[in-house]
Amino acid sequence: MEYHVNLPVPTDILKKLHINDILYVTGKIFTARDSAHSKMRGMKPNDLPFDPSKMGLYHCGPLMKKENGRWVAVSAGPTTSSRMEEFEDILLDRFGFHLIIGKGGMGLRTGKALKKTGSVYTVFPGGAGVLAAEKITDVPYVYWLEELGMPEAVWILEVVEFGPLVVTMDATGQSLSRS
Amino acid sequence: MDQKHLEEGILQLIRKAETEIPADVIAALKHAYLAETGAAKIQLEAMLANVEMAKKKRCPMCQDTGILTFFVTIGTDFHAPGLLKFVIENAVARATLEIPLRPNTVDPMTSTNYGDNLGSYLPHILWDFEPGDAVHIMTLPKGSGSENMSALAMLSPSVGLEGVKQFVVNVVKKAGGKPCPPIVVGVGIGGSADLVMNLGKRALLRPIGTRHVERITATLEEDLLEMINKTGIGPMGLGGKTTALDVHVEVAARHPASLPVGVVIQCWADRRASMIIHQDGSWEMS
Repeated sequence: MEYHVNLPVPTDILKKLHINDILYVTGKIFTARDSAHSKMRGMKPNDLPFDPSKMGLYHCGPLMKKENGRWVAVSAGPTTSSRMEEFEDILLDRFGFHLIIGKGGMGLRTGKALKKTGSVYTVFPGGAGVLAAEKITDVPYVYWLEELGMPEAVWILEVVEFGPLVVTMDATGQSLSRS
Repeated sequence: MDQKHLEEGILQLIRKAETEIPADVIAALKHAYLAETGAAKIQLEAMLANVEMAKKKRCPMCQDTGILTFFVTIGTDFHAPGLLKFVIENAVARATLEIPLRPNTVDPMTSTNYGDNLGSYLPHILWDFEPGDAVHIMTLPKGSGSENMSALAMLSPSVGLEGVKQFVVNVVKKAGGKPCPPIVVGVGIGGSADLVMNLGKRALLRPIGTRHVERITATLEEDLLEMINKTGIGPMGLGGKTTALDVHVEVAARHPASLPVGVVIQCWADRRASMIIHQDGSWEMS
């Protein structure tokens, strides 16, 4: 099945999604990889300068440039999700986002947390950075840029029809990833 | 010799590598696209669309513009070899701003990002010499999704080529979808621990579809390719017929007591570009 949805993904859709389904999402996503995950693990929702609960989480360290005072995505494909395995069950439980976008699949701990929180893990084609950047229409905020640097900062991205996202771990505990 | 002109040449070399993949890689991806179905085909379709878009927009095809490695072969009659390191470093810093590249050099002690893709020992420049008066430079920008999957084994010689095959296939299996398959696998055999990893990386410089000149090594490449594609890992690890686009093996003589094997995996975005610098400082992409 193919779905085109606005973020946050509605609960009834989250329940319907199965492995191998294709998803295109429109709305806000936030990037976080190793350092941001590590930082967020030590924080409560109220400590964060942004609200992840209405957004999708994107495992991505984008290549950005500043044009006329505004950030623009040049290339922004996914990074390898398995590096986030040690953090993700805690973050899913604590921050209330229900969609993860990454690549390469995640492990059993994340699988359990997806089931518990009714969330899904999806993959964007790895290395397709320009294709991803084409679907990013705005970069309204960036957090922790000075401290963490461009790849590790949290970038808030406005996306339109962001995909194809293949569901490889669904909310019932099914997993397609072979990692 | 006009330093600025040379710097411009290296900048163009980096731009070409980051924004256009070689024709042999595109042909191999198209071949894989025709062979696959379902989720695997969707991945390949996106990869090919991305390749087109990156070339047209002159943008790096992957946000991970990698760590830059330069393979420099200096003609022994070239009169200004001392300039090259300086020019390459300047070009990398300029490329970071002008292409742009993602700043990927981080202080390992403090995790501070230097911001310009320069740093201790980076960019990595490997020097070699040959007769003649020209300089050949090849660059291989490589992201860490694939580089993190590299592996070294100091095998016991008694395991023989069967043991080598087993190790290589296990490295690929363990990597799964993480290095962005369909991958290209570079394998070094022999030498020492450091030399064999270098050979594994050098093996990636050969175009897809080329075979080692020695028949026995070429056969090993073909056997490994077949074994790797039988794993079924498939494009982006979603299952399929194409896990590797090719396997290249480079060989060094070994010590009687060791059988080093180095595996270096390249992602589907197998980025490489080469140029030649002439004695008078003029240059062209090659």
